[in-house]
Amino acid sequence: MAILIIAEHNQQALKADTAKTVAAAAKIGGDIHLLVAGFQCAAAAAEAATLAGVTKVLLADAVCYQHQLAENVAALVVELGRDYSHILAAATTHGKNFLPRVAALLDVAQISDVIAVESADTFVRPIYAGNAIATVQSADAIKVLTVRSSAFDAVATGNAAPIAAVAQATDAGLSLFVSEELTKSERPELTAAKIIISGGRGMQNGDNFKLLEGIADKLNAAIGASRAAVDAGFVPNDMQVGQTGKIVAPDLYIAVGISGAIQHLAGMKDSKVIVAINKDAEAPIFQVADYGLVADLFVALPELEAKL
Amino acid sequence: MKILVPVKRVVDYNVKVRVKADQTGVDLANVKMSLNPFCEIAVEEAVRLKEAGIATEVVVVSIGQTGAQEQLRTALALGADRAILIETELNLDSLQVAKLLAKVVGNEQPQLVIIGKQAIDSDNNQTGQMLAALTGMGQGTFASKVVVADGKVAVTREIDGGLQTVSLKLPAVVSTDLRLNEPRYASLPNIMKAKKKPLDIVAADSFGVALQSQVKTLKVAAPKVRQAGVMVDSVDALVAKLKQEAKVI
Repeated sequence: MAILIIAEHNQQALKADTAKTVAAAAKIGGDIHLLVAGFQCAAAAAEAATLAGVTKVLLADAVCYQHQLAENVAALVVELGRDYSHILAAATTHGKNFLPRVAALLDVAQISDVIAVESADTFVRPIYAGNAIATVQSADAIKVLTVRSSAFDAVATGNAAPIAAVAQATDAGLSLFVSEELTKSERPELTAAKIIISGGRGMQNGDNFKLLEGIADKLNAAIGASRAAVDAGFVPNDMQVGQTGKIVAPDLYIAVGISGAIQHLAGMKDSKVIVAINKDAEAPIFQVADYGLVADLFVALPELEAKL
Repeated sequence: MKILVPVKRVVDYNVKVRVKADQTGVDLANVKMSLNPFCEIAVEEAVRLKEAGIATEVVVVSIGQTGAQEQLRTALALGADRAILIETELNLDSLQVAKLLAKVVGNEQPQLVIIGKQAIDSDNNQTGQMLAALTGMGQGTFASKVVVADGKVAVTREIDGGLQTVSLKLPAVVSTDLRLNEPRYASLPNIMKAKKKPLDIVAADSFGVALQSQVKTLKVAAPKVRQAGVMVDSVDALVAKLKQEAKVI
């Protein structure tokens, strides 16, 4: 039994989610092979080889994998994947994009957003925006899983797994990359940050998110947002925490001006410590907060920044 | 061109669901059901493409129990032309749904399939990608902008670091993200008109697709309840708690 994990990277470096996916694979047991598919991505493959528990790194370096289009990556993974008992990827927008395509081509089900591994065929995942936790057992020959990285701790580094080149390069010819517009940020990534401070509709406008920046700087925190704040155009949508945005579980989550709708809670309620600052004492966010402060955020935030 | 929009009847997004005491599932008896929010966005996008003169017909399809007719009528009231209900009592997995939809694609030959990125009950986010795989089409998932021109569709996708635009050959599958559009409300005259639009009902087992899933749900439990927190009365008290009690800063 061997497990194939498709690494997530930007050609140069691995994303933190990959080391967490390896941790989930280690719980299943067996040889762990990591596939790095991209273009001029040897650096990412070298980093992948250092992850503890990885026994082999497969490097597919070809121009057709440069932008990791689902059609091309899925064709490659299907080609390689038939020899494995499990195929895993992180439940990021990348993993969610290509892995169901792989599963369908292999004619097996996919189990999405796994938060715990009970055995090699039994997995736990949240449904209904995290309001129910399902334990499911798969009888498929190949188990295809996306892993919720916030539920696993990254494996250590220091390994030196061998790297083997993969010759296949298939361009399905169905899709073309046109352009990319990435949000620039000096702060830690939302899904990897130990502390997150998020703003909601109560922030009133995009400029007021600056009030969160000083605090984020002092705490080395990432800044997130609720869907309301994103929909109102205060901040870009890749900052959204929730059922349909990012799922996070930092040590400390500070929710400012966020009422706490079911869909938002689905994205952050596994945080270790939750702080809510809201002027409405009846806001549902206070039901999940470890520490609640009923206050006007425009008064409380500058004071908090000063006292940190 | 023809657009196919698969839609799903799900528990209304405002309902806080409860897990059944015997842990076999969530209790959906007497709970308000609605059109999945992402499906609503998909219908809206298809109707807008029709209004722009790009699409000629919008066909909506749902798979499930008789009750799903209600959601198909809603989609018709929003502007879809006709509806298909593939009736089954079984709770199908994404793979089985995608296989049935692939048959519908074979029959209807749409140039574009617009589908919600995920259903808010199973939270799978799989069906669109699986359908694209089974029909050999390109996929534009998590779309926040869709432009059809010259036999191609340009899809701007919401990805983790920002936005990515890809160009797909038609026919293609596009899955909708929240910010693609703001769905309209069905007006009363349109709700009345929708009652007269065609709605075909077909049995799911007439498609020759094996409907049994290889995945079995062993149990469904309630999530861990968080311990009740404390309210603090000042920023000073909050900082003190975080430093001394929680030790997180």
